[in-house]
Amino acid sequence: MMGTWLGEMATAVFSPGMFSFSFMQNAWLSGTIIAIVCGTAGFFAMLRGSAFAAHALPKIGFAGAAGAVWLNANPLLGLSLFSIGGALGIGWLGKGARRDVVIGLVLAFGLGTGALFLSFNNEYAAGAISLLFGQIVGVSQSEVVDTALLALLSMAMLAFLYRPLLFATISPESAEARGVSLRMLDILFLVIIGVATAITVPIVGALLSFSLLVGPAAAASHLTHRPGRAIAVSVILSVLSLWVGIALAYDTGWPVGFFVASVVVLVYAMARTGATLADRRQRAKSVVATD
Amino acid sequence: MTGIWNAIFAAGFFANPEVQNALWLGGVIAVVSGCIGVFTVLRGQSFAGHAMSDMGAAGAAGALLAGGTAVAGFLSFSVVAGVSVDLLGVRPRDRDVATGLVLTAVLGLGSLFLFFDTRTVGAPEIILFGSLFTSDPGLTPWLSALGAAVLLALAILFRPLVFISLSPDTALARGVPVRAVGFAFMLLLALAVGESSLVVGSLLSTSLLIGPASAALRVTARLRHAIPLAAGLGLLGTWLGILLAYDSFYWPPYGRGWPVSFFITGIVLAIHLLSRLCPPADRHGSTRAERTAKRGV
Amino acid sequence: MTTTWDAREEILALQKVSVHFGQRTVLSEIDLSIGGGEFIGLIGPNGAGKSTLLKVLLGLLPPSSGSVHVLGRAVRRGSAVIGYVPQKIHLDPGTPLTGRDLVGLGLDGHRFGFAIGGRHRRERIDDALRSVDATHLAQSPVGRLSGGEQQRLLIAQALLTEPKILLLDEPLSNLDIKSAREVVRLVARISRERGVTVMLVAHDMNPLLDVMDRIVYLAHGHAVIGPVDAVVQSDVLSGLYGYPVEVLRTRNRILVVGGQDTELEDWNLAGEEHCDGGVAVS
Repeated sequence: MMGTWLGEMATAVFSPGMFSFSFMQNAWLSGTIIAIVCGTAGFFAMLRGSAFAAHALPKIGFAGAAGAVWLNANPLLGLSLFSIGGALGIGWLGKGARRDVVIGLVLAFGLGTGALFLSFNNEYAAGAISLLFGQIVGVSQSEVVDTALLALLSMAMLAFLYRPLLFATISPESAEARGVSLRMLDILFLVIIGVATAITVPIVGALLSFSLLVGPAAAASHLTHRPGRAIAVSVILSVLSLWVGIALAYDTGWPVGFFVASVVVLVYAMARTGATLADRRQRAKSVVATD
Repeated sequence: MTGIWNAIFAAGFFANPEVQNALWLGGVIAVVSGCIGVFTVLRGQSFAGHAMSDMGAAGAAGALLAGGTAVAGFLSFSVVAGVSVDLLGVRPRDRDVATGLVLTAVLGLGSLFLFFDTRTVGAPEIILFGSLFTSDPGLTPWLSALGAAVLLALAILFRPLVFISLSPDTALARGVPVRAVGFAFMLLLALAVGESSLVVGSLLSTSLLIGPASAALRVTARLRHAIPLAAGLGLLGTWLGILLAYDSFYWPPYGRGWPVSFFITGIVLAIHLLSRLCPPADRHGSTRAERTAKRGV
Repeated sequence: MTTTWDAREEILALQKVSVHFGQRTVLSEIDLSIGGGEFIGLIGPNGAGKSTLLKVLLGLLPPSSGSVHVLGRAVRRGSAVIGYVPQKIHLDPGTPLTGRDLVGLGLDGHRFGFAIGGRHRRERIDDALRSVDATHLAQSPVGRLSGGEQQRLLIAQALLTEPKILLLDEPLSNLDIKSAREVVRLVARISRERGVTVMLVAHDMNPLLDVMDRIVYLAHGHAVIGPVDAVVQSDVLSGLYGYPVEVLRTRNRILVVGGQDTELEDWNLAGEEHCDGGVAVS
């Protein structure tokens, strides 16, 4: 009795074909890869307060995809060009003005261009609109390879920049005094976010890609005090969120972004509550100890 | 002479009722956004301002799906968003994460609504990109009144708001209720953003909120000058954008007009970039180092 | 207290250093010669050019004219000879970073790639933590430490490269009287034990009176250097400010009272934390 019930549950969650269809295998593989990149880059995005940039670049990338659809080019090419170009633009204009203002204006102009491209499309630009919401059939076999290569590139950049980036983020004045170029690091980090965006949008969607860069890392910061561990926890949470998102999207046919965002918010709320409770218990204990 | 006039103002520009409505509504929104925007930029709340417009769009998508009107969805969601961002994030970096996560939660739902809307109505473009030309003229008096109310409230809040924006510690010491005034401003911001993204779409709303204001603050250090200047620059960008969009009906490649949001966001970005050619204005004798430090955060 | 510093060994030399931003002159023909192990207080009101002078010393801002030499060589950016302690760090309480991580950044934070662990690295960090009495802070999350504790970690961070000069940018401005006194005592001890030249920037000279060897008094871009008793005199400072100011000495404290209201306000604000008994300045 119990056994059949569990079995029904299992088939409801793990619907037939979830692991056997080749497009699903592509989705699992590239989904895992992008979740690792977003979890790692997200740690720095959280420390540096880059949530707005992480939110803006996917939408700027979306405008590029709309342009590519109009020109009958590969939407992913337009996506990558615009998200990385947007990153460079924000970094370049960011000097000598408030960062959030620059992001907002570049974002608005990017989307304005997107609106222009969409209006040029004769019929409903389904190829572009699907990038807004993301889809599990978003990546083909060859695109898995592209995704892996871009992921490798951004992970290598993160590993290479790890120490100066941490130094420049935690105490910029000291880092500058030691000869670290804050501006170069800033632009390179934005480019990393741009690359992560370009590979995340096809699956998670332009509207909600940033949730993978913001949520898991913010949750991790409540769970550990060490940077290395925080990155590890952030990656684990990010991968889990995306797996749940892909599975539920397959079951329901609803967009992946919705599920990923919901799981990420849930995970963050749990981590924050857990940390607060643990803190309170510890404080109570130390009060008892001092008595 | 008339040749030039006709080249700039394509035939029927002033007679067209849709254009008239767009000029009036766009003007109202540009002025309200510019005035509110000066404080938004000064207080470093551009992300919050943008997030509210996205969340307003999510509310509108939900309202459309439920068969309601977009107005209620836009205004209610952006106000709720403003309140939650204000409550969750007090410190700057906290606020960044809080804004990001509230936005994630609401936009998650919103994207689901929009997703269902695409099957039935085809609403994403309207909600995200909006269009001045398609807004309902019946709403115009109401939206104008709301804009006026926001400006009136801003005028009442003006002095304590300036105080808490420029030196929160001193304001607190003098007994100004810093949190309460900040909260009240967040509500005004939400109303302004909700209204503007309803009419012009969420992307234009962000552009008009922060572009003219940042340019004005660059050119003059005095708030008394910056606020009317921001309103004026916003008005200029909006009207010029409407004019170009109207003219573009005869432009390549397809001769069916370019979207007005493309023109306005482009003009606003250009205004911002031009303003940066000016040397930075000195504010209340603050040193160069202090200003750089503030920007760095 | 005038201690013996080795005047033969010149650590830091500035010759006719001027800095202009557009029309404005921020530093005007500054001449300084500072020896090994000296404790220098760099004192001046807001906007006097203290931060600019620090940037010049760090090699971050090339002077418009004049030369800066550190250990006989022209100053360059990112030199390990100079340890820099910023005013403060802005961290959220939840930042995932421990005291040890923060200090470790001083050793190799500017290098690319990951830190390759190893006993040597660990020992050097332990040593730096010990020298600022912060061993117990090694595992604490930095964002939750007090301003004084963070300040000590930042000093440890700056000490890791075994610098010859320690530059501290307003380390006392965010601290209460007790923590400020501890930081001053700590820096003086480090200077003595390691023979490090210290240049400590402050609004208020009073907390430093017992430990300073010499004072650099900066106002309107001009500087005077010398022992406190020689520099902080009504006629010397009046010459520096360009209008009459008066130096008052009460209960082992020194107050500078000037003719301009803004200057007074500065001193009021600066003195607030350190002036006890509310000595009337206005």
